[in-house]
Amino acid sequence: MAGEAGRLRAALRGWALVSPTALYAVAMLAIPLGTVLVVSFLTDGRTAGGLRTVLPVATLANYIEVWTNDIYRFLMLRSLAVSMSVTLVTVVLAYPVAYYVSFHVAPNKKALWLFLITIPFWTSYIVRVFLWKVILGFNGVVNSGLLSLGIIDAPLQAINYSVQAMVMTLAHAYAPFAILPIFVALEKIDRSLLEAGQDLGESRFMTFLRVTLPLSMPGVVAAVLIVFIPTVGDYVTPDLIGGGKIPMIANAIEVQMLKLNSKALGSALAVSAMLIVASVTIVFLLLNRRFLGGGR
Amino acid sequence: MKARGLYSYTLAYLLFLYAPIALLPLFAFNDSVVIAFPLSGFTTSWFEAMWNDRAMWKALRNSLIVSGSTAILATVLGLFAARASTRHAFPGKTGIMGLIMLPLVLPEMIVAMSLLVALLAIGIDLSLWTVILGHVLLCTPFAVAILTSAFQSLDRSLEEAALDLGETPVSTFRLVILPLVAPGIVASLLICFTVSLDEFIVAYFLAGTEPLLSVYIYGQFRFPSNVPAVLALGTVLVAVSVLLLAVAEYFRRRGIARTGGTAGGGFV
Repeated sequence: MAGEAGRLRAALRGWALVSPTALYAVAMLAIPLGTVLVVSFLTDGRTAGGLRTVLPVATLANYIEVWTNDIYRFLMLRSLAVSMSVTLVTVVLAYPVAYYVSFHVAPNKKALWLFLITIPFWTSYIVRVFLWKVILGFNGVVNSGLLSLGIIDAPLQAINYSVQAMVMTLAHAYAPFAILPIFVALEKIDRSLLEAGQDLGESRFMTFLRVTLPLSMPGVVAAVLIVFIPTVGDYVTPDLIGGGKIPMIANAIEVQMLKLNSKALGSALAVSAMLIVASVTIVFLLLNRRFLGGGR
Repeated sequence: MKARGLYSYTLAYLLFLYAPIALLPLFAFNDSVVIAFPLSGFTTSWFEAMWNDRAMWKALRNSLIVSGSTAILATVLGLFAARASTRHAFPGKTGIMGLIMLPLVLPEMIVAMSLLVALLAIGIDLSLWTVILGHVLLCTPFAVAILTSAFQSLDRSLEEAALDLGETPVSTFRLVILPLVAPGIVASLLICFTVSLDEFIVAYFLAGTEPLLSVYIYGQFRFPSNVPAVLALGTVLVAVSVLLLAVAEYFRRRGIARTGGTAGGGFV
């Protein structure tokens, strides 16, 4: 089996086996993304019958509109600000939980703890987002609770329909996505390294800072990306929590694609948003590359 | 070791995770249209209102068709990819598996709008089938993740023994491998079904005029008087989801135990 022929045969078998799934991803993801890229350089117009359609006329007008219109710049900046805050809050809050489960829970109980952490994530996202609106709203649980306890005299305005409320809701929604990669990275750490650190006279806290934290960074980086990228494009939370008053970039894309039926402009918005997210991701990975070397 | 502080923190965090779900039944059984404290009284009338809503049943029927088909198709595609990635080395593996897993991190809005543009470009009318196409794409990464761990815990010598004893690769797969990964397959079906049932954006973009449960729920939130009935529906859905997940987790662990391993992490 050794040699060129054997390796080729193994490769062919692997390709043949993966091909149904791979071809599906190409047909349903790669080709549609390519179509969006093409459409973003075409023109929104009308058919002879007056229906909105995309005309095959090449143009840069969509990109000029997206990159010069203040509204889109503002929405993009807000989306980035919200998703960066969400990422920071989620990862910082999640780290101690992952640490606790990895280092202080008996090995046979770990799966149960992770199961408990993931259950809320599997229940309806829309219903959960709506319930945060109930909790944080003007007449919400927090406000009515504080009012009836006499801690405040009037409902707090800052927590309802605000960017903070959106950050809170999204931090809740993406919690397991942050906990699981950090947990996996912590599980891989050789426990004898920590003992070595303490034997050599480091305090427990310094051992954490100089051994545990750097070794768990691949998990933290994965957590950051898996929270940051989807939240930039979140649609439901700005729409429900913000009451439509605090739109993010995905809401603008939806308006162009469905409500105004401007597929070309909507495509240019989506391509631009993806480019910005990809750039931020690459910069973040470069900044953290010293932690990621030798990962694979 | 001293971990009292960490323990309390983790409990508080779990409270934060469960807070919204804990409120759900409270307001579903509360005798008031206003979703706020103090609670006014116990009623089951919201459940009756939900039960008698014809639109809800139509949406539920459509969603069951979509989620059921999605679960089966995504699990079949997941089997191919998970088997290929655990058993074979082939050039371009990282890139190919990366593309298959990409929908897990892409914003759903991007998946939904790009599929919409592509389907309209080739002139396919929107229907339940177009939603299934999108949901299979979104659910396949979950299926691959679950099935990969099922295949990884498989002892390769069992397979070699079957081949040595004269079974063909196909009959080995059917008689030895499939029974051992069956719990993983059940877990994958249940998880994909749950993900598809909850998914909103792709359903909203690709269903055309067909109502789906998530889109129906979203629409009901715009009418304050319908909200309690939706919360009743949400209560039922959460109960069903938790039940399905508990069953999925049971099968996943049984599968790993059957192949001689110990159950590690969660689903992802």
